[in-house]
Amino acid sequence: MFKKLLDKQSPLLETTGNIWYFLTGFFKNTFTRGFEWEEFVKQCYFIGYKSLGIVIVTGFVLGFVLTLQTQPTLKDFGAENYVPSMVSISVVREIGPVITSLICAGKIASGIGAELGSMRVTEQIDAMEVSGANATQYLVVTRVLACTLMIPLLAFFADTMALVGGFVGMNISGSMSMTLYFNKAISSLVFSDLVPATIKTVFFGFVIGFVGCYNGYNSKRGTESVGHAANKAVVAASITIILIDAIAVQLTNAFVYN
Amino acid sequence: MPLFITKRMETAIEIKGLKKSFGDNEVLKDINLTVEKGENLVVLGRSGEGKSVTIKCIVGLLVPDDGTLNVLGHEVTQLNEDELDELRKKIGFLFQQAALYDSMTVGENLAFPLSRVLDMKDKNEIHEKVMDMLGNVGLEDAADKMPSSLSGGMKKRIGLARTLIVQPEIVLYDEPTTGLDPITSREISELILQMQKKYKTTSIIITHDMECARITADRIVVMSDGKYIAEGTFDSLQKHEDPFIRSFFNA
Ligand SMILES: Nc1ncnc2c1ncn2[C@@H]1O[C@H](COP(=O)(O)OP(=O)(O)OP(=O)(O)O)[C@@H](O)[C@H]1O
Ligand SMILES: [Mg+2]
Repeated sequence: MFKKLLDKQSPLLETTGNIWYFLTGFFKNTFTRGFEWEEFVKQCYFIGYKSLGIVIVTGFVLGFVLTLQTQPTLKDFGAENYVPSMVSISVVREIGPVITSLICAGKIASGIGAELGSMRVTEQIDAMEVSGANATQYLVVTRVLACTLMIPLLAFFADTMALVGGFVGMNISGSMSMTLYFNKAISSLVFSDLVPATIKTVFFGFVIGFVGCYNGYNSKRGTESVGHAANKAVVAASITIILIDAIAVQLTNAFVYN
Repeated sequence: MPLFITKRMETAIEIKGLKKSFGDNEVLKDINLTVEKGENLVVLGRSGEGKSVTIKCIVGLLVPDDGTLNVLGHEVTQLNEDELDELRKKIGFLFQQAALYDSMTVGENLAFPLSRVLDMKDKNEIHEKVMDMLGNVGLEDAADKMPSSLSGGMKKRIGLARTLIVQPEIVLYDEPTTGLDPITSREISELILQMQKKYKTTSIIITHDMECARITADRIVVMSDGKYIAEGTFDSLQKHEDPFIRSFFNA
């Protein structure tokens, strides 16, 4: 009976084992001699710079919409002056990091999944491994670290653009000077808003890179598996981000805000 | 790395009782093979017989279900990751579909193993070696092209150049001349022969091209139904009593 139960669970166990193996491989190869700087910089450029546009637009719209929707309510309470603080706190603590990361899960994790998946299918990864070169170090370590570095930066851009969007929103229905708006928005932020949010996005970035690489690197034979790899990368990365966020909120509530 | 010294150091590859299945598909049933150092062995066999699977087992890309695989004195299935990497640096593998790194130019493809496998640092030295090797396959002016802009035959030659540039002790060629015109095919076959003469390379050459087999082979084995069913020189197999084996030669 126990055996039967174990057999049923075995795909799950196997996946867990594979992920663990891939994770230890990543850490081992991160600290092995011969870090691939050139490829790392190239990946930072691809991952960071090429996602800047979508992140900026999203951030702007986020702040803009948030302002337009809350302003009337707050106005009824005579609390219109609190709109900038409300936008900045909610964006910096929560919405900015999560939305940026979910967008990057869609754009970057799928991209990495598809790229490594097609390299697997066309035997390029096999060729790299067989040559005795360190494929994990060249392909995986660079991409995961680039994501871990670039996603927090992208989230920072999104936050900034959300404040700009909020300012534009404020001045559509009401009017508030730029100095006053940004003064209010920034002065209401404290150190304990920024630090947990940044730590969180570092983890989100890691997840995006890692999940993308894991699915691409381990994709099966056949062209259709490239699509699968990309697809699975997006779904798994998004779910993991949301789960981590739920835990992070509990942790910050418990340790930072009380 | 521990060195398992075998009885005969002049043996490069020794395979015994190798078995490999994929699900219900029993591909390799009982492969036994010895390749001497400096020997060119040609493997013939129909499509889907498991010729590629065999050489993938030799480099540890596929894990056999049973049997022993001794390469340059090391039991492949017993090596840990680092030991396997060290062994792989001595083995060249030409993939059937070339497997060029498509995010890099042709030149970068060739430079990739130089800096990572041979630990070469000097950019000029690397460049010189890359151009030299491209000359060997007749594609000097392709250095800055992307693989996607090359024809199938050109890819194959670049793949060959990338494999040979590190001068491996053993080279496993998976259909080196398939898809090439007769003139280029001949040149590639001559290049394989030249590698053997110049660097004492040991080779396994999988091919359907009898001209290539004739030029390169010291010895030929014929694979059928997951086993090797015949072995001999080109001339002896050409006159073999079994019509199935003769049929490879008068295609
Ligand atoms: N990774 C794999 N997973 C599942 N089946 C595989 C795998 N690799 C090869 N096979 C199967 O093993 C058999 C032998 O394949 P292999 O590529 O070795 O043939 P081959 O002798 O090289 O043929 P060809 O001359 O056409 O290249 C085929 O039936 C193939 O479908
Ligand atoms: Mg084959």
